[in-house]
Amino acid sequence: MSLRTPMSKVRGLGSAKSGAEHFWRQRVTAIANIPLMILFVAVLVSNLGGNHASVTASIGSPMIAILFLLIICSAVYHMYLGMQVIIEDYVHGEGLKIVCILGNIFFAVVIGLAGAFSILKLSFGS
Amino acid sequence: MADSNTRTQRPLSPHLQIYRPMLTMMMSIVHRATGAALYFGTLLVIWWLVALAAGPDHFSYVQDIAGSWFGRLVLFGYTWALVHHALGGLRHLVWDTGRGFDLELVEWMARLNLAGSVVITVVIWLIGYSAMGGL
Ligand code: HEM
Repeated sequence: MSLRTPMSKVRGLGSAKSGAEHFWRQRVTAIANIPLMILFVAVLVSNLGGNHASVTASIGSPMIAILFLLIICSAVYHMYLGMQVIIEDYVHGEGLKIVCILGNIFFAVVIGLAGAFSILKLSFGS
Repeated sequence: MADSNTRTQRPLSPHLQIYRPMLTMMMSIVHRATGAALYFGTLLVIWWLVALAAGPDHFSYVQDIAGSWFGRLVLFGYTWALVHHALGGLRHLVWDTGRGFDLELVEWMARLNLAGSVVITVVIWLIGYSAMGGL
């Protein structure tokens, strides 16, 4: 005999109310991160020793700007998902947990937007 | 989010110090630690991008900090954390397919992960230094 209601069985979303969605998105972004991070390191290394003009031209060029926008989307979403799991594992007081979860959301949004804005500005010019 | 305010007496599983430290267990902890470190490292990456977009003065200010011995130390640590976490992530993705649970293989993947992270990090920095005209 199961204690689960028929409705909860049909929905199949478990106690987190979102099923495997969080897990799955962590994997999607993890897979995307592999090529993105290799290219990220390559671009940074190739810009070593550059000055403001040359680095702006490099990061702002269409291909690299698009690459960096993708990096920001994937990495920021991935780290946001990951940090939420860490918070849920270690922060047990209900109040503090909510504060941390909110902080994580705000941090990710601010960081992501600041990064995306900078890339666009570099690309479209001042 | 499960409700954690239920203060009933539940059985507890043994905590960390009960177990003998093992490589695989340390690697699991380090994967989480590097993930958390990269989380805050992203702040540095974005700081650099914003400074670049803000103009030459801001940019050279941040570049000077990044180029100092302390900045380089942090960046070296960041590189290692990124490589280690990426390789650790690959192990996770292999396990997610249901493969790679043979104990001997698990042990070898952990060793490869650790050695690979050091080797790849050093190689990246050697390439970086040689691109800048030597050490
Ligand atoms: C480079 C390619 C990367 C791959 C393949 C990767 C892979 C993974 C995987 C598979 C997990 C889930 C681990 C688990 O379920 O226990 C994970 C967790 C995590 N990742 Fe990544 N990741 C990458 C890059 C990054 C980056 C760039 C960041 C930060 C900006 C990051 C931050 C995190 C965090 C905070 C967690 C949660 C750690 C935990 O729950 O123990 N990862 N990563």
